Amino acid sequence: MAIGPMTAGPMTTASSPAGGRLELPENVVVSRLDELANWCRKNSLWPMPFATACCGIELMATGASKHDLARFGAEVFRFSPRQCDLMIVAGRVVMKMLPVLQRIWQQMHEPKWCISMGACASTGGVFDTYAVVQGIDRFIPVDMYVPGCPPRPEQLIQAIIDLQDKIQAEGTITGREFDTSQRQLRKRALVEADEFLVLDAARNPNVQRSLSAAART
Amino acid sequence: MPYVPPAVDDVLAAVTGRFGGLESGRFRDQTSLTVPESQSLEVLAFLKGLGFDLLIDVTCVDYLEYRGAKHRYGLVYLLTSTTTNQRLTVRVFVDDPTSPDEAGPTVRSVVPLWQAADWLEREVWDMFGIRFAGHPDLRRLVMPEEFTAHPLRKDYPLQGRGERHNFPVISRDHS
Repeated sequence: MAIGPMTAGPMTTASSPAGGRLELPENVVVSRLDELANWCRKNSLWPMPFATACCGIELMATGASKHDLARFGAEVFRFSPRQCDLMIVAGRVVMKMLPVLQRIWQQMHEPKWCISMGACASTGGVFDTYAVVQGIDRFIPVDMYVPGCPPRPEQLIQAIIDLQDKIQAEGTITGREFDTSQRQLRKRALVEADEFLVLDAARNPNVQRSLSAAART
Repeated sequence: MPYVPPAVDDVLAAVTGRFGGLESGRFRDQTSLTVPESQSLEVLAFLKGLGFDLLIDVTCVDYLEYRGAKHRYGLVYLLTSTTTNQRLTVRVFVDDPTSPDEAGPTVRSVVPLWQAADWLEREVWDMFGIRFAGHPDLRRLVMPEEFTAHPLRKDYPLQGRGERHNFPVISRDHS
């Protein structure tokens, strides 16, 4: 059991309001309230399965008996966002579905986290067409990316374990740890090509070369 | 042996007797009949009277920059007779209107003949922008209502015109 820094036992002492020293009995544990809340949260994640494609099959396999997500306390899949705190987006999201995804995300209660499972959810994958959103992290915040097409259940389990570590390490009761929009922008998995050129024109040698060539002619 | 549907020579003879010579072709035991747009509804109604009671599909091909093509769009009607098992493909070619005042390529709807054409023609309108005059409810079927383009036209870019990026960004600040 890892609750973080804590002290216990009869040898521990703390200051009493009166200014004197107070002996703690053996059955008292001292920790931070943040640590305790995060320990509870990370071990009872309730996933919201937003499964739109073949990644959803691997997501179901992860929850089924062979891979047994219950070992990590996240086996209770609920199909109502009101009852969930972990959204797992498994599969490609098309532009007609994105407003639905955003509404479901907003309907989930805080604290909440999001796993982008597979190449399509993270970057659009091979579906670089007019209808497919090129990475859900453009429009909703994402905490963990799972590579693969589709990822194996072990990879998804690893992502959940990593997310548990993140919740334990960063979590606070007030939710101060959640990303700002600036960080979300920086973390985006895929940057559109022309945006990339605009952002990075000063440092991109190809752009510098073509600019100087244009200046000569 | 692959299944070969019954020949449709009697049907072609009846259509020729009624409407004069129409262009027909045969490819791998499948017969197609090309009908000018001015006669399309009459010919299709006549074929329904001959027993083609089942409309399998209505779809479209964009022949933009296609070698040897004389028209821009080719509509395809797949008909089947559930009594004789005969199958027939009817093709109707249309073009963009020459004057910009007109609304776009238009053919007459076959919903009065086959109810199945309702959603099929809505999909063709959605993807190719071909209007079906007389359709009871010509709305988009597949794309979102606010979409403005017809994405299966050959002059529409594969990656779209930015529609897939046009959403509000929800961040941790306000969710």
